[in-house]
Amino acid sequence: MIPGGLAEIWVYLAREPLAALTATLLVWWMALRLQQALRQHPLANPVLIAVALLAGGLLAAGIDYRAYFAGAQFVHFLLGPATVALAVPLYREWQLVRRSAAAAVLSVTFGGLFAAAIGVALALMMGAAPDVTASLAPRSVTTPVAMGIAERIGGLPSLTAAVVICSGVVGAALGPATLNLVRVMDWRARGLAMGTAAHGIGTARALTVNPTAGAFSGLAMGLNALTTALLLPLLWRLLG
Amino acid sequence: MLNALTLLVLCQFVGEILARGIGLPVPGPVIGMLLLLVGLIARERFGRGGPGNELKATATGLLGNLGLLFIPAGVGVILYLPLLARDWAPISLAIVLGTLASIAVTGRLAQSLLRHLGQ
Repeated sequence: MIPGGLAEIWVYLAREPLAALTATLLVWWMALRLQQALRQHPLANPVLIAVALLAGGLLAAGIDYRAYFAGAQFVHFLLGPATVALAVPLYREWQLVRRSAAAAVLSVTFGGLFAAAIGVALALMMGAAPDVTASLAPRSVTTPVAMGIAERIGGLPSLTAAVVICSGVVGAALGPATLNLVRVMDWRARGLAMGTAAHGIGTARALTVNPTAGAFSGLAMGLNALTTALLLPLLWRLLG
Repeated sequence: MLNALTLLVLCQFVGEILARGIGLPVPGPVIGMLLLLVGLIARERFGRGGPGNELKATATGLLGNLGLLFIPAGVGVILYLPLLARDWAPISLAIVLGTLASIAVTGRLAQSLLRHLGQ
């Protein structure tokens, strides 16, 4: 290869979105292979593995996150259409969803408020600052809604975004084992729990395990976004 | 695949407009999901069957790799490492213990409510 050619290639890769896109897809593929190799161990969650590998790689190479995101945003963009696509499994389970509607609404509403309350209680117990406590309250809600809630109750939206994603990964990795431990075997209930406490990342996990759990998890994610957005700022003002 | 993707993006688009226009506290894609669900149920009522094969295949493809779509945002956690490190004890406790307790409580509650209210 001609000297100077390498530098030219480097300039091309640094400027175009191709490198970040390729890295994201390759790391995802590796994470899925690793999950299989570890025989689906709960901690071998592919989202956790892929995020850890890429985050470590960016930090080690000194690459700015914004430069990475400029390429990876094409993957990120598909989150919207994928969320809309959750209507398809929901439709498939529609008869079951309709019959379980009252139980689903009640458990998601209560579960979502419990998630906020225990986050706040643990933070207060550990002596967290008020803005950190407020950032932890909407932890279980899908990211854009959680950031909006945090802003309204005096939290830090950017901290909330990070906390929401970490909670989703923890829920996806350890949620199924927790549900086994407390003997929740009904796939509908398992899905509702995952979607309420671990939003879309939990739903991603639920979909790979069982179609009924996946549908109920998607439903719970949407419902929890609505109920927590309506109730949490109200309760915060009443109690705060 | 293209027709199905167009339908999904269209539902999201209308969802975003509704969310912003009426000021609904729900993200546009979630409203788009409801719109598509209503559309599919209506289609069935009019005897046209449920989702077409193309929509089914596209939805399966997207949702089968839903985890992948969270990675770019997930890597963004590196931007907040100093913030996370400052109050790491309450934050990690709330994330781990808080999330797992919420899953346990919601799951137990849902299971017993489904038993008593459901079927």
